[in-house]
Amino acid sequence: MLSKKEKTLIKEMLERLTPVAAEIGADALLMFAAYPGTKTYFSHLDISPNSSRLLAHGKKIVLAIVEGAQDISQLTVTLAPLQTLHAYQLRIDPTNFKLQLLSHSMLVTLACHLGDEFTPVAHAAMDKYLSAFAAVLAEKYR
Amino acid sequence: MVKWTDLERSTVRAVWEKVDIDEIGPQIWARVLIVYPWTERYFGSFGDIFTTTAILNNTKVAAHGKVVLEALDKAVKNMDNMKRMYAALSLLHFQKLEVDPDNFRLLADCITIAIACKLKSALTPQVQATWQKFLAAVVEAMSSQYY
Repeated sequence: MLSKKEKTLIKEMLERLTPVAAEIGADALLMFAAYPGTKTYFSHLDISPNSSRLLAHGKKIVLAIVEGAQDISQLTVTLAPLQTLHAYQLRIDPTNFKLQLLSHSMLVTLACHLGDEFTPVAHAAMDKYLSAFAAVLAEKYR
Repeated sequence: MVKWTDLERSTVRAVWEKVDIDEIGPQIWARVLIVYPWTERYFGSFGDIFTTTAILNNTKVAAHGKVVLEALDKAVKNMDNMKRMYAALSLLHFQKLEVDPDNFRLLADCITIAIACKLKSALTPQVQATWQKFLAAVVEAMSSQYY
């Protein structure tokens, strides 16, 4: 469960990074370098580093994460359209969202951008939030 | 056995060179205990590890971080022989310490994140990928003696 303090911490961190949302999103998406299996979902997009499609896509993802953080108790409502998109149209294996993959890549990217400010407490809060985010995103699959 | 290209070897070494064991060691267990509190079950002898402040100030936690990184140093210098090298340590974690090997993955993730905070933009996606491949091999070697 996310405490009030954690929710505030998450919101602040993400708001601060909103101006560089595209950069962060693109960096996290470059997890494809770390997990080649994820490339299979992007054969129709140019996802080479610095491609404008990659930046645009990364930005979309980070902005969705920022939006969810505005009111974490309403995550299911906020993410409803994305739930439908991922479950019925994109049909991405939902295990990609969590643990090792998108969440972990996002955490590493945040660590690279924030350095020492990404304290263990901030890391814990963000990990919890991203787990919740991933779980909600996967809710409509079955 | 895992195969390593020359580039991968030099990448892992380059990352490792930037790691100050005295600096990063204390951070890794702090992160594991704070981000994944259920790991506290393995550290009954460490004293107070139940609040963030206690964890960050606990000297045993800090010392243990260095122990782990010193063992990791051996893997960096011996990338082709990890399974054999870690066999005894793996058996120890299974039989005596009774650690769920899934926790090795959590520790590996925390090590990567602690290093990311230090290296920042030097940890490019490619470098991250290679580093994680290395840690995955370490985790596999550490899990190898479980039966």
